[in-house]
Amino acid sequence: MPSLQTSEPARGFAAELRHIDKTFGAGTAEEVPLFRDFSFAMEKGSSVSVVGSNGSGKTTLLNILCGSVRPDAGEVLLDGARIDRLAEFRRSRLLGRVFQDPAAGTCPRLTVLENLSLAENKGRRFGLSRGVSRKRAGFWRAQLEQLHLGLEDRLDVPVGSLSGGQRQALALLICTMAPIKLLILDEHTAALDPKSSENVMELTERFVREKGIPVLMVTHNLKYAAAFGDRLIMMHRGKIVFDVSGAQKKTLGIRELTDRFDEISIEDGNSV
Amino acid sequence: MDILFGLAANILQEGFVYAIMAIGVFVTYRVLNFPDLSVDGTFPLGACVTGALILGGADPWAACLVSFLCGAAAGCVTGLLHVRLHITDLLSGILVMTGLTSINLVVTGGSSMLAYYSRPTVFSAGPAALIPASARVWRVLAVAFAFCILIKLAVDWYLRTKSGLLLRAAGDNPQYVVSLGRDPGMQKILGLTLGNGLTALSGSVLSQQAGSANVWSGTGMVVMGLASVIIGTSLFGRVKIMRATTAVVLGTVVYKTCLVVAMQLGLPANYLKLLMAVLLTVALVANRAAPFRGKGEKRDAVSSDL
Repeated sequence: MPSLQTSEPARGFAAELRHIDKTFGAGTAEEVPLFRDFSFAMEKGSSVSVVGSNGSGKTTLLNILCGSVRPDAGEVLLDGARIDRLAEFRRSRLLGRVFQDPAAGTCPRLTVLENLSLAENKGRRFGLSRGVSRKRAGFWRAQLEQLHLGLEDRLDVPVGSLSGGQRQALALLICTMAPIKLLILDEHTAALDPKSSENVMELTERFVREKGIPVLMVTHNLKYAAAFGDRLIMMHRGKIVFDVSGAQKKTLGIRELTDRFDEISIEDGNSV
Repeated sequence: MDILFGLAANILQEGFVYAIMAIGVFVTYRVLNFPDLSVDGTFPLGACVTGALILGGADPWAACLVSFLCGAAAGCVTGLLHVRLHITDLLSGILVMTGLTSINLVVTGGSSMLAYYSRPTVFSAGPAALIPASARVWRVLAVAFAFCILIKLAVDWYLRTKSGLLLRAAGDNPQYVVSLGRDPGMQKILGLTLGNGLTALSGSVLSQQAGSANVWSGTGMVVMGLASVIIGTSLFGRVKIMRATTAVVLGTVVYKTCLVVAMQLGLPANYLKLLMAVLLTVALVANRAAPFRGKGEKRDAVSSDL
C-alpha cells in the first residue's frame, strides 16, 4: 500500500487533505480533538468508500473538503489546486455533494423542472432571461426516464411532494449534470427505505461509470461500502485504520469487513 | 348607495397602493422566508422623500423612482447587517427601522408632516390627466390600479427569470444555492432590496394620494403587509390559475375592507392599530401558518438509519 503521508506533487490526485488538524470546541470544557496531522489522498478516476464508527471523523472529512468546516491547520487540494481558502459556495462549482437528508439536495417548493433548470445553469450567469425553458422539457424527460421512477411525467410537481427516494435520485442527477471534479456522497442512502436505497445505489454506480467522476462515498452500510468503488477506508477516532484497494478490495469479504468494524466499535464501547 | 360607493372607492384607492407594499412583504416573507421589520421605516421613507422632492419642484414620477431607490438602499442595509455582520433577521430590521426614523425627519427637515396638496402628483400629472379632473374618484382609482397591476406583473415576471428562480431557491433551501456555486447571502440582500424598494414606492404613491407625507405613517406597516400576505394566500392561494401576487393584492383589499368596516361600525380611530394587530393574530391562527420561524426547517422528516 503506498504511503499517503507524503507531500509529493498532487498532480495524480483528485482530492487531497494534507496535515489536517481539527479540534472541535477548542478552549472549552467540551474540547474534542479529532484530527492531528491527518492526511488523505484519492487518486484521479478512483471511487473511495469510507466507513467508520460514530465520531470517527468521516463526515468531518467531507465537511473539510466541501468547506462547511474549516480545519485548524493543513491544506485541502482538489485536482492539484489549493481550495482551503475558498468559501463553501465557491468550492461547489468544482464539486457536487449529495446529503443524507433528501430535503437538502433540492428545493421543495420549486417544481422538478425549476430545480433542473437552476442546476443546468450552474456556473453561468443567473440573469433576467427566462428561468425555465419549456423547449428543454423533452430533454429533461429523457434524463428523468433513466431514473425509472416515473419522474418524467411529474415535471411540474413541487419536489417537496416527491418521496425521499425520488428526491435523492433527483439530487444525484442534479449533482452530476455540471462537470465536476469530485462527487461527494454523504450517507446518501441512509434515510431511505431498503428498496429506494438499492435503487439509488444502482443509479450511483451507473452515473459514476458513465461520467467517470471520482467519488468519495461515506456510508454506514458495509455491504455498499464493500461493493462500491475501488478503494475502501475505515476511520476510527480521526485516523485511517484500514485501507484496501484494487485486487485486495475485490476479495474483501463482507464478513471480514464486519469483523473489523466490530473491533473498532467494541473498542469504542469499552473505552468511553 | 352613494355611501357604499364612496367606501368601496376608498378601500380600493388605498388598497391597491398598500398592495404594492404587500407584494414587497410577500417577496421578503414568503419567497425569502425573512421576517423583515424594516418595512415600518421604509414605507414613510418613500413618503418623506416624495414630499421633499415634490415640494422642491421635482417631477412626481421621478419622485416615485427615487423613493423606490431609497427604500431599496435601506433594504440593502438590512440585508448587509444580517448577512455580513451576522445580526439576527428580526434585529437587523429593527435597527434599520429605528435608524430610518431619524433619516425620515432629516428628509422632511424636522417636521413630522409635509403637505403639498396643490402640487402635481402622479394622480394629476402625466397619463392621469387623460381622465378629466371632475371624475377625481375614477382618476385616483385608475392610477392606483395601474401602479398595482404593473408592479404585480413586473414581480411575476422577475420571479420567473433565472435571477428570480435563484431568489426563490435561496428562500426555499439555501444549501441548494450553495451547491449551485452561489452565495445565498447575496440573494437575501437582493430580495430585501427589492422588497423594501416596493414598500417605499407604496409609501410614495400613497403620500401623493393624500397630498402629504407623514413621518409616523409607517407604524403597523409590517403588520398590515404580513396580514395581507397571509389572508391573501390562505383565502385565494388554492385557486390554481391565480398567481400568489394576485392573491396578495386581493388579500390587501380584504384586509383594508375589514379596517374600513370596523371604522364605519364606530370603532374609534385610536383603536385602529390594535385592530390591525388583532387581525394579523387572527389571520395567523386561522391559517395555522408557521409564523416567523421554522417554516424552512419543517421538512418531511425521514431518518431511519439502515
